[in-house]
Amino acid sequence: MQLENYIRAELAKPAKDILLMTHIVLGYPSLEVNREVIRQMVENGVELIEMQIPFSEPMADGPTIVRANQESLETNITVEECMAFGQEMCETHGIAFLFMTYYNIIYKYGVVDFFKKSKSYNIQGFIVPDLPPEEGAEFLALAKEYEIAPILIYAPTSSPERMQTLASYADGFMYCVARKGVTGQKTDFDLEFDSYIDRCRTGTSLPLAVGFGISSREDITYLTGKADIGVIGTATINLVNDKGAEAVGPFIKGLRD
Amino acid sequence: MAKPGYYGKWGGAFIPEVLFETFKELNIAFEAAKADPSFWQEYLHLMATYSCRPTPLTYAENISKHLGGAQIYIKREDLNHTGAHKANNVMGQGLLVKRMGKTRVIAETGAGQHGVATATMAAKFGFDCTIYMGEEDVVRQRPNVFWMEKMGATVVPVTSGTKTLKDAINEAFRDWVTAMDDTHYVMGTVCGPHPFPEMVAWFQSIIGTEAHKQIIEYAGKLPSRVYACVGGGSNAMGVFQGFLNTPEVELIGVEAGGLGVDSGEHAARLASKDGSPGVAQGYHTMFLQNDDGQMNDTYSVAAGLDYVGVSPILTDLWEKGQVRFESATDKEVLDALDMTMKMEGIIPALESSHAFAQAYKEAGSMGTDEVIIINMSGRGDKDIFTIAHAYDDPSWKEFIIKKGAGYAA
Repeated sequence: MQLENYIRAELAKPAKDILLMTHIVLGYPSLEVNREVIRQMVENGVELIEMQIPFSEPMADGPTIVRANQESLETNITVEECMAFGQEMCETHGIAFLFMTYYNIIYKYGVVDFFKKSKSYNIQGFIVPDLPPEEGAEFLALAKEYEIAPILIYAPTSSPERMQTLASYADGFMYCVARKGVTGQKTDFDLEFDSYIDRCRTGTSLPLAVGFGISSREDITYLTGKADIGVIGTATINLVNDKGAEAVGPFIKGLRD
Repeated sequence: MAKPGYYGKWGGAFIPEVLFETFKELNIAFEAAKADPSFWQEYLHLMATYSCRPTPLTYAENISKHLGGAQIYIKREDLNHTGAHKANNVMGQGLLVKRMGKTRVIAETGAGQHGVATATMAAKFGFDCTIYMGEEDVVRQRPNVFWMEKMGATVVPVTSGTKTLKDAINEAFRDWVTAMDDTHYVMGTVCGPHPFPEMVAWFQSIIGTEAHKQIIEYAGKLPSRVYACVGGGSNAMGVFQGFLNTPEVELIGVEAGGLGVDSGEHAARLASKDGSPGVAQGYHTMFLQNDDGQMNDTYSVAAGLDYVGVSPILTDLWEKGQVRFESATDKEVLDALDMTMKMEGIIPALESSHAFAQAYKEAGSMGTDEVIIINMSGRGDKDIFTIAHAYDDPSWKEFIIKKGAGYAA
């Protein structure tokens, strides 16, 4: 409930019709750059940030984030360093931080330890794209116990029954993948998308976050009134690659101006 | 079994949500095929008329005498169409794809044998076909790339990660999450999310069923031991299933020892101390990974064994003591290959030669009244570039240099 309450409270503020969640690959290109990028994001109004702990097999990600995972790991970054950085960010900024990673990272770290530490840092949620609820009994029980929101995923292929099943396990918000495929490719917003979002609304009472291929002010404007959170992932990674960390602030600001 | 797709605590289906309905449909189609006797009959007929089944069981008389111990029989999967056991699985999945009404197949490949088999099946059944292959393996197995392309498949070199089999699997999944409506992913081995381990094991069981019947017919008794190389584990699961209900038969899986299991340069998940439990590529098994859960770069002279994970079914059998795991080094493998060619006129693939190497280590100390089976998962002549390179063969090098000069001119 904690994360959902935060989202509802933010949405209730004047002139906040949609929230922004951004995505950082920890250690790419470096934790120093991550620190600066996050500072710019927070200063320009981002409400939620998912911090991806890199994994050698990022199966659900597209080329940009795959490369970011790989190059981060090539710097020999450890999970422990990522956790410490997460703690630092939670202490520095008053917004919601989530960890996103693949299940093996959590499994090897020790599932209970991962929850305990994250809770002590005030991490608000976990996004684990390769852990469906059928495989996540322990994980979901711990999420309840430690009050960290397990963010589950809706896809355009999800049936109404599946959506209801997922909703029964989820907390915080529902991550609605805007289209089939992996992260970072352009999404076409059309009637088919609108009917998908309608199905998502029917499927859950949780706030809806829409991600995959959201990269511009036009996209955010389109999502306003349909979704509660727009997720910007690959777009800011590309921006940092092309124009440096300092370009992030104006870009984020421009998304909702 | 408490949960479908679990073997002890191993296996499962750790899949992205977007594939949930696809897996549901696949499970339904697979269960329907298993329950329909005409499906298996159709499969057997296809394998008899298109491939070369049943494959022979060959008595290796010269090597048996030379080693002076157990009588050695070789199950000849090399004589299957496309030269390896891979066709057994691929043709079966092809029939399933037809039933599901899909029109495109994708596959990962390491050594290229599974890619070639899939391209063959796609050509026969009229499917579009895309094969993902690590860039490093594209270089190692160029002749297989040539044949895949000639049969109409698109071969995509994978440049992410370690550029080998595991990265090709990741890339195939990335294709599938986009194109699942018309596309089936033909998983090549008894790994990945449920139902793949069970499905591939089912199609490969044709090896063990034949071998059981043949050894009784030729040797008049059950074998004392059955040897198979283990990459993902599909040929091993295939032959082992013929003997899982006969506890007097010892089953031995042979992993890639590379430069030695203590060197760090190997792919022995179960036969070394380096493997640990993990969840990746959609399933729970023993992986070669570091303490953080990042997968290690594995090594073997045999591309088909060069893989970080191993079948959850085999991990369970290993844990229960029903399969013994050993490893063979690159050097032992080349020696075994050399002996098999010179004394029997048979050319096993580098992958299969791991099973031969372990069998040769043990056969001499067994009784002459004992019988063993080596599963020859594939033929080695497709490995001519790799084998010639591994032997550092001077006349072959001279030939390649001349050929290269001819093309350059």
